[in-house]
Amino acid sequence: MFSNFVQRRRLYYLISAIVIIPGVIAMIYSTITFGSPVRLSIDFRGGSLYVVQFEDTATETGIRDVYTEFGQDDPVIQQLGEPEDNRWQIRAGALTAEEQAALKQALIDQVAPIDNNQSTLDVVSPTIGGEVTRAAFFAVLAAAIVILGFIWFAFRSVPNAPRYGACAIAAMVHDVLVTMGMMSILGIFFGWEVDALFLTAVLTVVGYSVQDSIVVFDRIRENLPRYRMEEYDMVVNRSVLETIHRSLATQLNAIFVMVAILLFGGETIRQFIAILLIGLVSGTYSSIFTAVPLLVSWEKGDLSFRKKAAA
Amino acid sequence: MNLFLIIWGAATVVGLVLLIVLRPDHHLSWLVIIASLTAFAVWVSLPGNPGIRIDLNNDGVYGIDRELVFREGLDLAGGVKILLQADLPENEAPPAGSMDEVRRIVESRIDSLGALEPTVQLQGERRLIIELPGYEDPEGATSLIKETALLEFVEVPEPLLAGTPILTSYAMERSGGEPEATDLEATEEAGVGLDAPALDETDNTVYQTVMTGEILENATVQSSQTTGEIMVAFQLTPEGDTQFADYTTAHVGDYLAIVLDGVVLSSPRIQTAITGGSGVITGEFSLEEATRLATQLRYGALPIPLSVESTSTVGPTLGQISVEQSIRAGIIGIGVILLFMLIYYRVPGISAALALLVFTTLNMMVFKLVPVTMTLPAITGFLISVGTAVDGNILIFERLKEEVRGGKRITRAVEVGFDRAWTSIRDSNLSTLIICVVLYGFGTSFGAAAVRGFAITLALGLIINLFTAVTVTRTFLYYIMLPLSDDMLDKRRWLLGL
Repeated sequence: MFSNFVQRRRLYYLISAIVIIPGVIAMIYSTITFGSPVRLSIDFRGGSLYVVQFEDTATETGIRDVYTEFGQDDPVIQQLGEPEDNRWQIRAGALTAEEQAALKQALIDQVAPIDNNQSTLDVVSPTIGGEVTRAAFFAVLAAAIVILGFIWFAFRSVPNAPRYGACAIAAMVHDVLVTMGMMSILGIFFGWEVDALFLTAVLTVVGYSVQDSIVVFDRIRENLPRYRMEEYDMVVNRSVLETIHRSLATQLNAIFVMVAILLFGGETIRQFIAILLIGLVSGTYSSIFTAVPLLVSWEKGDLSFRKKAAA
Repeated sequence: MNLFLIIWGAATVVGLVLLIVLRPDHHLSWLVIIASLTAFAVWVSLPGNPGIRIDLNNDGVYGIDRELVFREGLDLAGGVKILLQADLPENEAPPAGSMDEVRRIVESRIDSLGALEPTVQLQGERRLIIELPGYEDPEGATSLIKETALLEFVEVPEPLLAGTPILTSYAMERSGGEPEATDLEATEEAGVGLDAPALDETDNTVYQTVMTGEILENATVQSSQTTGEIMVAFQLTPEGDTQFADYTTAHVGDYLAIVLDGVVLSSPRIQTAITGGSGVITGEFSLEEATRLATQLRYGALPIPLSVESTSTVGPTLGQISVEQSIRAGIIGIGVILLFMLIYYRVPGISAALALLVFTTLNMMVFKLVPVTMTLPAITGFLISVGTAVDGNILIFERLKEEVRGGKRITRAVEVGFDRAWTSIRDSNLSTLIICVVLYGFGTSFGAAAVRGFAITLALGLIINLFTAVTVTRTFLYYIMLPLSDDMLDKRRWLLGL
């Protein structure tokens, strides 16, 4: 079915575009509405996140009133699970330890009894949020340097090395755009927020994706001298076919595990896993359907404006 | 109870001897080593593990005494986590050693909270992380910790009742001339179990502070050898010694009140000049009172005020649910992978499946031995490493299939498969390991601490995987293929998943 796999590269670019463009639009919309391309959690901004298990029916206005009493003018209040679960999630500004105790008491008095055993309350000061943001920036920078270094190292002795490097990076950017875009969409529609674990998911995914691209490129490098007679795209085609079993089998296993955690694992880790899963699928796709076709396009001059103009 | 350890040790020695005597790549020696390592790992991982206890010099005291349990992070155990920061201006670093002092004081204070295994850690120059598993009330904890008790020695004309609130010159100066409202509040609550006389609000006498708690080095409870009277003995710092000696020499017969946060603890009479850097406080104490006084003298004052930067409270039931869900998800995930490997790769798949089980137990063992704090992200990191663990096998088996398709004899193809795949396995694990290092660095920032667990377990999994995906799988595959001849496999290629 993949006999003329690289021939259909325009289709693959189209699929990527269909996935990425809505994400980019969402990011622009989100930047206008919330001030950042994805919604940031208290990890970065500072603030409080209260996941509270009421023992009786609670109302959004009731909760909002209590928060307003504590000077929290604009809390984001969401109901989790089914209405009869009485589980709510409230995001607001930072609270001191004294305020936390008083707020809990006020919720118990004015809204409904709380089951502390099944509730979590996280409070992060803006100072800590700022530090996490800085640490995140350095982590991304370090990861970018490491990955670029890795790509450079893997292709240091291949003819047209920068070309392979650029295609691997393109695949990486593809994955980042897909995960960020999806996160942005989920942020707009379901209020998903980016926390420190999101960044972890993205960096992990990028690591895997680059590795995948390198495996395919390695094979191309190996096959080029072996099949001198063949056209470049045929050699590429052959290389993809030779490595695709490995790529798919490996990713499939990783996906099995993640789907298992997504379905049966804890609620708190679900967003992290969902993003890992999206990223992983994107990474698998991009290493085969972005990095490789781009390489062929480059070789064939699809991307050259000069040639297009001539044609 | 440590019979197992002895047997295991012997088996391991035999394995190592075999490895040296026979060729290093001999399958049998590897099999013995793998078996003994796995047996040990299973023993360590078992929930009811008694721990490692070795009586080194046969004196009835365990030289090595290690409990072997999974250390649960707060998101699993439930509890309170608090980040405190020295409340000083940005550009002012806490004096050397003062944060260590704060840590010790905070530790002693939270001991009274009754949390299961409280931990207090210094982070960087000005931060303190407190974890209280099984505890639910961050407010109670922080108010106890932040109590910046101020200990003073105050000159008083007559003995004052323990529990009497007084105004002192030092406290007045510190609070900018105004009597501190909080001090009065604290007084009412405190009463410290002693009889607090009614607060006389009109009494505005300001007593002269002679010295503060900084001059104390240590304080302990003692009882007189002759009368059995319980008293508190204290040692002074060298500077404190001079100050104290000077003062007491000049004031023999006067009263010196010991005041904690504006409340009189006791007001003993200076019987003789106290020189030589130590002294005792008597006052008809019960043992309990004396112990409390000694503790307050030792840990009375935090040298640096603290502010709460971040708190996190997880309900214990929620943590328990998370543990159960994670275990279930893990078992299902690993089960599906085992099935996949068996169905897709058949005979080699058996060795991969066995290697995966070895991989899992080895990880469990390392988690307990290190010990790694298990949190939800840490569990996820491990499960993802399971997903990648089979990647090594897949690389090898795909090579193997290719070589067989290319016309190689099967035994030869197995060898080639392992040899050629090694660099790929090493490279792919290496790149993820580097990402783990970056993530670990990110996780050292307090707010991103969850990331660290993920990075640690994923990295450990990748390292263990280098051993299981190659050596362990190869050994198992050798013994599984042993009874099968090349011809037989050649006729039944489906056994190789071809």
